[in-house]
Amino acid sequence: MHPKTIFGGAVAFAATIAATMASAQTIGFSQVGSEGDWRPAFSANMQESAKEFGIDLKFANAQGKQEEQLRAVRAFIAQGVDAIIVAPVVVTGWDQVLREAKEAEIPVFLVDRDVDVEDKTLYVTRISADFNLEGKLAGAWLATESKGTCKIVELQGTTGSAPAIERKKGFEAVISQFPAMEIVATQSGDFTTEGGKKVMEAFIKSTNNLDGICASFAHNDNMQLGAIQAMKEAGLKPGTDVQMVSVDYVPAIKDALAAGEANASVELRSAVGGFIYPIILDYLKSPTELDKWIVIPSDLHTAN
Amino acid sequence: MMAEQTEPRPVAMRPRMKLHRAVWPLLALAAILIVSGIVSPGFYNIRIVEGRLFGNLIDIVYRATPTALVALGMAVVIGTKGIDLSVGSTIAITGAVIAWRIQMGDPHLVVLMMALGAATLCGIWNGFLVAGLGIQPIIATLILMVSGRGIGLLINLLYGGTNPSFESALLQGLSTGHLMSIPTRLFLAAAIFLALWLIIRRTALGLFIESVGGNAAAANLAGVNARLITFVAYVLCALCAGWAGVIMTADTHTSDPVSVAMYIELDAILAVVIGGGSLAGGRIHLGMTVIGALVIQALTTSILISGLPPEYNLVVKAVVVLFVLLLQSDNARRAITSPFRGRAR
Amino acid sequence: MPAEPAAVPRIAMRAIRKAFPGVLALDGVDLALRPGEVHALLGENGAGKSTLIKILTGAVRRDSGEMWLDGQPIDPGSTGEAQAAGISTVFQEVNLIPTMSVTKNMALERAAGRFGMISWRKAREQARAKLARLGVDIDIERPLGSFSVAVQQLVAIARALEDNTRVLVLDEPTASLDAKETTALFSIMRELKARGIAVVFITHFLEQVYEVGDRITVLRNGRLVGTAAASDVSRPDLVSMMIGRELGEVERAFSEKDAMAAGPVRLSARGLGRKRVLEPFDLILRQGEVVGLAGLLGSGRTETAKMLFGAISADAGELTVMGTPTRNAAPRQSLRAGIAFCPEDRKAEGLVAELSVRENIMLSIQSKQGWLKRIPRRRQDELAREMIAALGIATPDAEKPVGQLSGGNQQKVVLARALASNPSVLLLDEPTRGIDVGAHAEIIKLIRKLCKDGLALLVASSELDELVAATDRVAVLRDRAKIGEISGEQITRDNIVRMIAGDDGRAD
Repeated sequence: MHPKTIFGGAVAFAATIAATMASAQTIGFSQVGSEGDWRPAFSANMQESAKEFGIDLKFANAQGKQEEQLRAVRAFIAQGVDAIIVAPVVVTGWDQVLREAKEAEIPVFLVDRDVDVEDKTLYVTRISADFNLEGKLAGAWLATESKGTCKIVELQGTTGSAPAIERKKGFEAVISQFPAMEIVATQSGDFTTEGGKKVMEAFIKSTNNLDGICASFAHNDNMQLGAIQAMKEAGLKPGTDVQMVSVDYVPAIKDALAAGEANASVELRSAVGGFIYPIILDYLKSPTELDKWIVIPSDLHTAN
Repeated sequence: MMAEQTEPRPVAMRPRMKLHRAVWPLLALAAILIVSGIVSPGFYNIRIVEGRLFGNLIDIVYRATPTALVALGMAVVIGTKGIDLSVGSTIAITGAVIAWRIQMGDPHLVVLMMALGAATLCGIWNGFLVAGLGIQPIIATLILMVSGRGIGLLINLLYGGTNPSFESALLQGLSTGHLMSIPTRLFLAAAIFLALWLIIRRTALGLFIESVGGNAAAANLAGVNARLITFVAYVLCALCAGWAGVIMTADTHTSDPVSVAMYIELDAILAVVIGGGSLAGGRIHLGMTVIGALVIQALTTSILISGLPPEYNLVVKAVVVLFVLLLQSDNARRAITSPFRGRAR
Repeated sequence: MPAEPAAVPRIAMRAIRKAFPGVLALDGVDLALRPGEVHALLGENGAGKSTLIKILTGAVRRDSGEMWLDGQPIDPGSTGEAQAAGISTVFQEVNLIPTMSVTKNMALERAAGRFGMISWRKAREQARAKLARLGVDIDIERPLGSFSVAVQQLVAIARALEDNTRVLVLDEPTASLDAKETTALFSIMRELKARGIAVVFITHFLEQVYEVGDRITVLRNGRLVGTAAASDVSRPDLVSMMIGRELGEVERAFSEKDAMAAGPVRLSARGLGRKRVLEPFDLILRQGEVVGLAGLLGSGRTETAKMLFGAISADAGELTVMGTPTRNAAPRQSLRAGIAFCPEDRKAEGLVAELSVRENIMLSIQSKQGWLKRIPRRRQDELAREMIAALGIATPDAEKPVGQLSGGNQQKVVLARALASNPSVLLLDEPTRGIDVGAHAEIIKLIRKLCKDGLALLVASSELDELVAATDRVAVLRDRAKIGEISGEQITRDNIVRMIAGDDGRAD
């Protein structure tokens, strides 16, 4: 990915649009923090594409603290912004501040994570990717490739984490439709390359060199990359002997796809500003009831 | 304290009645392997695939190598009555340096030296805080533990950091390669073990470390430079972690500072304790520490092979480790066996 | 001793005996406290003072003997029981929590004893009332640590004092107070006395004993030496009671030592000292000569030995070893220069308990050689064998952890370590502390032998017998300063005691 070149052009373009627009919308965005590599990319994209849409974005980093986030939202209300975007740190404790926003007639949009409030009218909608859908996409692709017959080994994410639970559920929902598709071994690789490699090594031993195994489904690319190394070291040909499907679409898996060592990866998009902002701007122009969850579509990328 | 004449007798009897301390961890290791053999058929199979030995038993030794190396360094630090929580961060920094310098196109042998140099710097930092400033080891090493992975991320950012993967014939040869069908990392680890053993046991360093850990004030009055010895222990520990970092980073072909070697400090401390080391310091058991690392890895591999749902992994591991530690403790064994003994008499 | 008045004593302890594993801490000790007196309890380290106090206050149970409080037999099983009976203690290490407020500190003991709620309002009132009794007026909400040590001491006393307190034990209360604070404390002690409380005052400052004490009881090696009115005991008598037998009883045990000619100077200190630790002193140690360091507890004996060894660094003066001026910056440099040191406290500073006898013996000679040149194992075994034989260390083998040996043998291992480093100057701090009589004599003999073999020896000791028996010259210390030297025929109990006591020895 070369965000700089893409956005460099976009900024110049956006500047001209912004100049032509009568009045720019002001939107406050309270972000969780800057953990991992996906979230900083997400923040950067939200800020860059705000310029593209001529939005005056007030960005607040909550450093992983809800009280920081509550303070930011109240500040946005005081400033009288046109809309507020919240990526919640936690699901609970939002009723009060959202009611304050509603009283100030400022619409609130959730991105990424969900909140748990009794009155669902306190926010307009949640716009985010669907982990469950990602699992379904991977399962559907595999069902098509294998024509509904496949023994699968699964590399789970960190036990108990939301993406691990949902991706597993979605994947299983699809393959359960096919009697000849079956997960024969599943273990947690903790979302890491190291973990994926260790788990695949164990699978190779426990399944007699992946005898009869037709696919490996990993909850993220890093684990799949580890699995690919383990298989190569055991003399197996990942991508050929075994179908390799995973989630994230990180740069390293693109190389693996190109080399034919991976077969498919579902993209978890970080560049979602272009999807989120039009929804908000449309709503501000003509407020209508929206679905409580708008799913950002996930794309499945294959080798060719 | 006064009865000098009566003392020698019971003392002379004791050593003969006491089993060698290596018995208990070895017994635990054997028990884990036997149970695994029953649970997972074919557990002991070893064959040659792609010119290398291949099988669960090989995997255990292979995967235990980085933990064992870290644990060896930890054993030295624990010998001084200290602890090093930052070994995982040291590994992360080592890995980041490797990926960075290879991306920059340095010769790979130079990269290896730089990576080990970075690890040594980590050790110098810890040693300075503990021996130089006199900060409690758990606090002093916590600093690098917390910040080290962030430093690794910053190093990744030096070259964009979006795709920190690399290929290196030299490093991967050391880590995942094989020589006469045997994984090269075993030779490497054996060489490091031997070097460390020579430094600890063939020089007086081991005696000095143990005296500092046992009673720093007494060691000082006996002429031991307790500060310097403590400092050296932390550097040795970081260097061991650095080698583990080389093996782990080359193994995954990537620098992943956020999650590489997560919680390895706990496994390393556990390996030392299973090997009979006491956190109160004063004794270094290098060989036993390796056995401790093997016990932990045998357990991990057995759980992976067994097909147990991942939700149970940690619970099973905790239960077995608790059992091993009880087996290892004289007091616990006495408490368990004494009611029976009482009845027998 | 004057005749006891007919009145019932506040506390009477008779024939108290207490043994700990391997040590007879108290052997038939009597103590009588009168109502309204300050009773000083004196003795060197290990004399049995603290054990006696612990029995009185219920912290330790006696093995045998009897105890009465105002004529009633008592047997307190805990400090709480003793306190309920009216016996309170303020221990040497003030067991207060500096980060907590004065109120909380004063309520702590009562709160810890029972479950349930604490009324802080009530606790504050009680704290104020208790402090007022001692005339202390401070902000009780401030953390205790923000007050001076003297005030903390007063808070501890106030806490210990209940309405029913009949006996108050003060364990070294003046140890960290300055002169003014001490005077203030004494006036409080006198007030308590006036209220009929029997105050037990443990200290090693003799002037203070005379200043505030009415009667004195001296213990030595777990036995009662005697009880007397302060006005009836002269200072030299008191010193003699504490550290020696009666004056002039023992003559010098080794007459042949006088004949020995002292050799060349091995070590010489000139104006060596350190602020607030030790006044600058001069000292010369010669080959084939044993020099003693005499003085009471806290007079600077240990500090002198440690300073010569570099374990305490000097900020003044110069030190010459074997004719070479040295900056004795650290023990390891002193060892290289040929000085060896055996510390007083074996457990804390002498031995590494987990290491074997062999390893402990090796430690100094090895550190002298540096870590790279490890002494071959065969040479180590040889050396350990030699030392075990030479010093008669009773151990089944050299590989036994030294922590498992008896006290006397541990002491010999410390000595063996020092000797193994092949020193020309040997500094011994309390070489016979805590070991039995047989080993005691052996070690004295050993010291003489080492001296004959050409070592220069320094022996710091609290036992006059030992100094009289073993030394050729004695340097006497008082209040962290060297006050003089005596040698040859002058070394008698009498002379040493007189020097320690200062002046001509009249109690004031």
